[in-house]
Formats: sequence, structure tokens, C-alpha cells
Amino acid sequence: MNDPLLRVRDLKVHFPLAPAWPWQTAGALRAVDGVDLDLDSGRTLGLVGESGCGKSTLARALTGLAPVSAGRIELDGRALGGERAAAARRLRRDVQMIFQDPLASLDPRMTVGQIVAEPLRHLRREWSRAERGRRVRAMLEEVGLSAHHINRYPHEFSGGQCQRIGIARALVVEPRVLICDEPVSALDVSIQARILELLARLRDRFGIALLFIAHDLAVVRQISDAVAVMYLGRLVERGPAATLFDAPAHPYTRALASAVPRPDPAGERSRRRIRLHGELPSPADPPSGCVFRTRCPWAQADCASQVPRLREHGPDRRVACHHAEAIAAGEIVAA
Amino acid sequence: MLLDVRDLQVRFDTPDGVVEAVRGLDFELAGGESLGIVGESGSGKSQSVLALLGLLAANARVSGSARLAGGDGGIELIGARRRVLERVRGARIAMIFQDPMTALNPHLRIVTQIAEVLVRHRGLRGRAARARAIEMLEAVRIPDAARRARYFPHQFSGGMRQRVMIAMALACEPEILVADEPTTALDVTVQAEILDLLAEARARTGAALVLITHDLGVVAGQCERMLVMREGEVVERGGIEGIFAAPEHDYTRALLAAVPRLDPPGGGGS
Repeated sequence: MNDPLLRVRDLKVHFPLAPAWPWQTAGALRAVDGVDLDLDSGRTLGLVGESGCGKSTLARALTGLAPVSAGRIELDGRALGGERAAAARRLRRDVQMIFQDPLASLDPRMTVGQIVAEPLRHLRREWSRAERGRRVRAMLEEVGLSAHHINRYPHEFSGGQCQRIGIARALVVEPRVLICDEPVSALDVSIQARILELLARLRDRFGIALLFIAHDLAVVRQISDAVAVMYLGRLVERGPAATLFDAPAHPYTRALASAVPRPDPAGERSRRRIRLHGELPSPADPPSGCVFRTRCPWAQADCASQVPRLREHGPDRRVACHHAEAIAAGEIVAA
Repeated sequence: MLLDVRDLQVRFDTPDGVVEAVRGLDFELAGGESLGIVGESGSGKSQSVLALLGLLAANARVSGSARLAGGDGGIELIGARRRVLERVRGARIAMIFQDPMTALNPHLRIVTQIAEVLVRHRGLRGRAARARAIEMLEAVRIPDAARRARYFPHQFSGGMRQRVMIAMALACEPEILVADEPTTALDVTVQAEILDLLAEARARTGAALVLITHDLGVVAGQCERMLVMREGEVVERGGIEGIFAAPEHDYTRALLAAVPRLDPPGGGGS
């Protein structure tokens, strides 16, 4: 196995909270609390989790938009981000991002040509003016738009087309990694399918590594090679996309997979849902031990004292649960 | 028939000309039945039900007929006087919207908002209305309902807000619940809880459901019959079993094919 293109180790993003009274010690909101990720060229890692689990903060930390509190981000073995100007600049160029709301992420007063050309002015200064113009036109065609769209404004385009413009803007600087934060959740299914096809095609063509963040498990399964599941700032399970949701090992992944409605009336009647207790705890005050234990139907006494590590669980699979095997074998009964 | 819609047309006068949002919609709804209306953005699915309740924008022109059972020969909703519609809305047909934050009044405590419906349609007063409102919140499993009833909408999470909307919609035990993308903004586990709650409430009150959604998985689990809409017209209708097993229209087929699946097709659930 080659070294990964992007390697993230023990990444933490903690936002300081102001204490309620001066004599109290200041707490922190642990949005991302020790995440390890590996991204490979030409591959897609899916990242799933529900609102507030920290997946968007993780994406922002990887692109330098959120402050990293601790941990390392390496691209090709070299540290990215941080104080040094060269490293920060390389991060900005080599790790690009596309956003959920395609229209809101485009400046309404700039033409499509200006939008796609803008990152080149800063990140590809070595290219001549003529070269940049050529690249912009080529990239617009690559994403399924044409050169005559170049002088139009974002409001003249549909949501799917705006997302194509966002993809062109991200890829025109020739990044190595593309972070996609809920890129299709605002789109209709037929448009969604075409954007997913486009992303997969561009990934293969340019050999970029994709981190695909979404709350829609079925979409993630479709585009990803491997999938990581996030809960309250931590990864709880990781494995191949094709098998993770068929045989989830972590109780949270089980609950997620069991909650997805399927377009199949007979299957829907027989679907058994795993119900979670209570609500998502605050990331400012996470539970001790396993962060999922307060909602887990299989929680045991030791879950409150021991923090589960993301450990090996079969080929290419990792799970952060003390009792994954016992739950699978039916030795622990859900409460 | 509880509700009988015939040749419903909705047009909007815009500076760029007339937009035909709904072009001749027919459907019937029997008591207790569940009907899914499926389509993509701009298919006219939301505009059709807003038209039934007289909730369209001022530049809308509506024609056709929608008769709600009751009285002599039923109540015609299309073109009905405001007074007639106000007696139907909330009391006999209640609506659950996609975004509870914009559907709830941000300035009022939720107990006041639910009590308002009961005062208006059920003639309850002050304390009795409030007590009933708290019961409704308990019925949708809001923990510590008596205390949280005094909260404002922004103090709830998205899922809790949607529960409040359901409590409000059910307050007068309507015969028809219209839910417009009720779970689209929610996480999957919360969506599952809200859908369970809706099914449970219908089992208890016997309300019919019109569920508007783009999510074919949600329709498969919640509805008995469905309409597939595109560009203001129904392209396919029938029982869900039949449509999912053998869609007849090309558009339905394309729509089903475009849905990403968590399970391999034909594999069934676990």
C-alpha cells in the first residue's frame, strides 16, 4: 500500500467558550476531537454524520478556513497549513472545496469567467494571462458548460449549473484534493445524479482525492470507495463503501443505516429501525468514555469509563466500540 | 369521497408572462387514506395543495374544483370566501410545512401558538386551551412538555420544532393532514422519528394524509397511493406497489433510476 496523498492525524478543532463567571476556567467546544483520515489519489472517502457532528468544521479545517487546535495535516508527507507562508499557500492551492449552496457561494456581481479565473490570480501566478484564459475556458467545458457562458452572471443559471461553476472554480488551479461539503443536497435527484457523475469523472481524469461529506448515506455509498462515520467530533467507524452499510459494526452506524427510507414498498414494511435514546449531547460537554453511550441501546457499564479507540475490525474495517463483536453475535441485547 | 379535486389549474401572472404551475390536476382522497404527491422542484406539487387552502401568492389565478365532504353536497374550496376557508384550515385540513422556523411565529411562545388554534376552532378558553396544548406537546413526545411549552421557537432544535408543528396541526384532530416535505431539512434519525410520529398520530385520529415529497423512499414507507407530477401535470398515478414494481411512464422510471440506494436493488431490507 502506498502512502496516502493526504494524511490527517489526531486533528482537533476546539472553539474556546467564554466562562459564565470570571473565576471559572474557560471551556471549549470540541467540534473535531481527534480525527485520523487518509485520502488517496483518484479515490473518494465519504464522510457521514448528522447535524452538529463536526463534519463541516473538519472540512473547513482541512481547507484552512477553521483554526486547527492540534494535530497534523500532511500532503505527500509534507506538513500543510500553519504559520509558514509557503505551507499555508500550498494548502490553499492544493486543497480546494465546493460548497452546499451553489448560488450563495458565487459572487453575484462577477461573471462566470471572472469567478473561475479569480483563484488563478493568486494561486497560479506563474501562468501567463493567455494561459489562464485558456485554462478557464477549458475547465468550463470540462464541467459541461461552454465558452459562451463566460460573460453571464450566476443568477442566470440553475442550481445544478451553479454547482458546475463551483466545481470549475475549485479545479481550475489543479488541486490535489477536493473537499465537497454537501455538494448535492440542495439539488433535485436527476440533477444530483449528473453532478455525482461529473465529480467521479473529474476525479478519475485528474487523479484528485475526493473527500465527500454528506448526510445522505445512499449518495455517499454511490460515489465513495471508503466511508467514515462521524459522531460528536470523532470517527466511530470506517470501512469500504460497498460493505459498511450492509454490515455496520458500530451501534451508531447501525442506527443510521436502519433509519434510511428505501424506495421499495415491500422493503419498507419489513425495515426494523434501531431507535436512539434522547438527543445529541453538547460538544462543549461530551459524555465520558464513549461519546455515543448516552444514546446507545447496547451501552454497558465500562462504556462510561473507557474511551474506545478506532480499532481493527476485519479487513479494511475499523470501529470505535468496545462491544462491536458481542453486539453482532447477539450476546448483548439492546435496551 | 372526503376530498374530490377536479381539473385544478394554477397560473401566476408575472412580469415575464403567465406561468402555468398546475395544469389540470384531478385526484380523490378517501377518509384515512394516504396519498403521496411526488415530483421535482417546479413540478407544481406544493402549489396544488396551497391552492386548496387558499394560501397562494396574490398573483395566482386558480380554476377548477375541490370539494370537501360535509354539508349539502360538500364545501367548494376553490374560490371560497375567506370565512369558509378559515373554518376549514386548521380544523378540518391542517398543514405541516417543510421549514418550521418560518411557519412558526418567532415572537410567540409555542404554547400560545398552539392554544390559538384551539381557541379559534374549538372555543376553548385560556387555561383549558393551554392545558390541551401541553397535552398535544406530550403526544408528540416532547420531553418536559410543561416547561418547554413556554419556550420560543428558536429554543428548539429542528426536529423538536417539527414536532411542535405536528402538535399544532393535530390540535383540532383534522380529517386531512397535508405535509409538504415535512422531513426534508432533518437528519435521517430525526426524520425516522418524525415519520413514526406522523404514522402514530394518523393511527390514533384516523386522519387522511397528503404527503408532498421528492423523496421516493419516504413515499414508499408512508403512502398507499401516489401521483407523480412533472411541469404541472400528473404523469403517473396508482398504488405504490404497482408504480415501484413497474413504472409505466418514462419520467417515473427515470426518477426511480436516479435515486441512489443504500441497499442493492431487489435485495430487500434487513
